[in-house]
Amino acid sequence: MNKAVTEFSPQMSGMGSRRPRIMKVLSNILWYAVVIILMLAVILPFVWMLVTSLKGQKEVFAYPPTWIPQAWQWQNYLEVWKEAPFARYFLNSTIVALAVTAGQLTSCILAAFAFARMNFKGKNFMFLLFLSTTMISTQVTLIPSYLIMTKLNWIDHYQALIIPFLANAFGVFMIRQSFRAIPKELEDAAKMDGCGRFRFLIQIVLPLCTPILASQALFAFMGNWNSYLWPLIVTNSDQMRTLQIGLRYFVSGEGGTQWGVYMAAAVLVCLPVIAIYFLVQKTFVESMATTGLKDI
Amino acid sequence: MTKTVVKPDQPIASPRSRWWRRWGEETFSAYLFLLPSLAIFIAFTFFPAIYSVVVSLFRWNLPAKAVFIGFENYRYLFTDPLEAPIFWNSILHTFYFTLGVPINLFVSLMIALLLNRKMPGIGIFRTAFFLPAITSVTAISVVWMWLYSPAQYGLFNSFLIKLGLPIQLWLRSPVLAMPCLILMGVWSGMGYNIIIFLAGLQSIPRTFYEAAEIDGANKVKLFTFITWPLLGPTLFYVLSVGMINSLKAFTEIDVMTQGGPLNATTTMAYYLYQNAFQNFQLGQASAIAVLLFVMLLGLTWVQFRFIDRGIFYE
Repeated sequence: MNKAVTEFSPQMSGMGSRRPRIMKVLSNILWYAVVIILMLAVILPFVWMLVTSLKGQKEVFAYPPTWIPQAWQWQNYLEVWKEAPFARYFLNSTIVALAVTAGQLTSCILAAFAFARMNFKGKNFMFLLFLSTTMISTQVTLIPSYLIMTKLNWIDHYQALIIPFLANAFGVFMIRQSFRAIPKELEDAAKMDGCGRFRFLIQIVLPLCTPILASQALFAFMGNWNSYLWPLIVTNSDQMRTLQIGLRYFVSGEGGTQWGVYMAAAVLVCLPVIAIYFLVQKTFVESMATTGLKDI
Repeated sequence: MTKTVVKPDQPIASPRSRWWRRWGEETFSAYLFLLPSLAIFIAFTFFPAIYSVVVSLFRWNLPAKAVFIGFENYRYLFTDPLEAPIFWNSILHTFYFTLGVPINLFVSLMIALLLNRKMPGIGIFRTAFFLPAITSVTAISVVWMWLYSPAQYGLFNSFLIKLGLPIQLWLRSPVLAMPCLILMGVWSGMGYNIIIFLAGLQSIPRTFYEAAEIDGANKVKLFTFITWPLLGPTLFYVLSVGMINSLKAFTEIDVMTQGGPLNATTTMAYYLYQNAFQNFQLGQASAIAVLLFVMLLGLTWVQFRFIDRGIFYE
């Protein structure tokens, strides 16, 4: 339909039919050329990371640099596990990210439900209070939070990495939006059938809002998996480091020359999130597009 | 429905029980629902935020005890002959670093316009451009440190050699370190902006373009009179998110340069960290935190205005 309209526009009908066709093919070729060049530039660091991760120590420092490793050093990936407790880092990151995701989602759902479907005294004030937390970033509360952790004796414990992140106003806000979209009639009908508030939330609201919940869960997981500043401060021992912090100390540690092994470690750190990205691409893009900020 | 209708012939209940019937139960349950979030916010957001302001009024150099000094920390930061130049420098570097935001915006918008087309293979391209945005900044920083390697085997230096140019120190050079961080920031932040721009572009009704085309508008006019104005809110949103993230940037600086060389990449956020966790000057660091907070406050507010307006609809 839309095509037809453009073709009958006065401009187009004035031209010969062959010239625009050739132009179109040419412009398509040009488009592909430009996009492919740009794409290569964007993935270049990833390619270089992979290539280097498979090079032996000598080849890493060879000039000119080679794009295909002469001898494929798969050992680099084994070295990573041997030289630093990366298995432990993985475990720590997984435990923390999963716990934060589950806890944050629960607290967000409850609060979002109150804001979306209930009338109560002080609702507007509470909502503003929740929103105001988004204006207070990690940097601002860093020092007092650290002091609190010291007082509670949580430094170098999972609690420090998990508990402060169990609430998220952005999440409440986004989930509230989708809870509000559920028609009032549905709630009335459920009430009429004797369905309580909590049961209405669990059995009717949640199943209807799975897309937003999935994207919020993904966002929470990702943000936590990639977080850096807070884990850097509240972990001391090697055993409690998360993957990101482990990687940082691994690279800045031993004089910093084993780039093959470092790149293998970087690949291992990126891999889980990239794998999730390819599995649930649509949810992923939505969660980024709606929630916003990349790292915490 | 019928519950809320008050019958005049009924005996009037005591005010308290009527309040309970109207508000009580629901208000009580609602606060139960809010409780988990509220408890966390109070303990780990509001209390620390206020505490931060309080600490900023003390001289508290660990392990010494805290001494109340009023606004001395702020005065010291801005006017002390030894401290002020470093602090002013960190403000300058913070703004220098945010230069990456408009650059990022421009590049992202161009690429989004390019990708806003139905072509075979478009999915692959979009995925590729988005990839840096989901990768952890730590891993990205490690990879870019290797790209920026100051010797001739560094990839960027090997390109320079091929072009017949002298090799550079990149992150080790006080002049180039910040541009290096900015370039990496543009690369890693682009994917996110492209996604937002694509969503914004696709929300512009096609009929606008068709109508304009019938009236004889060319590509440039379509962009300046339709795309640009309708993309305005999206642009503002991306700009404010970018600025916020840029002011808060810490990871790449800590991994790649630790604020150096010669403090060339010490931004406010990094200077705060150095003060608090390397020099243990908690009061002074808190003063920086409060100043940073004021800067972030305005930006976050702008950002929220645009989310509230709902510029994203899939």
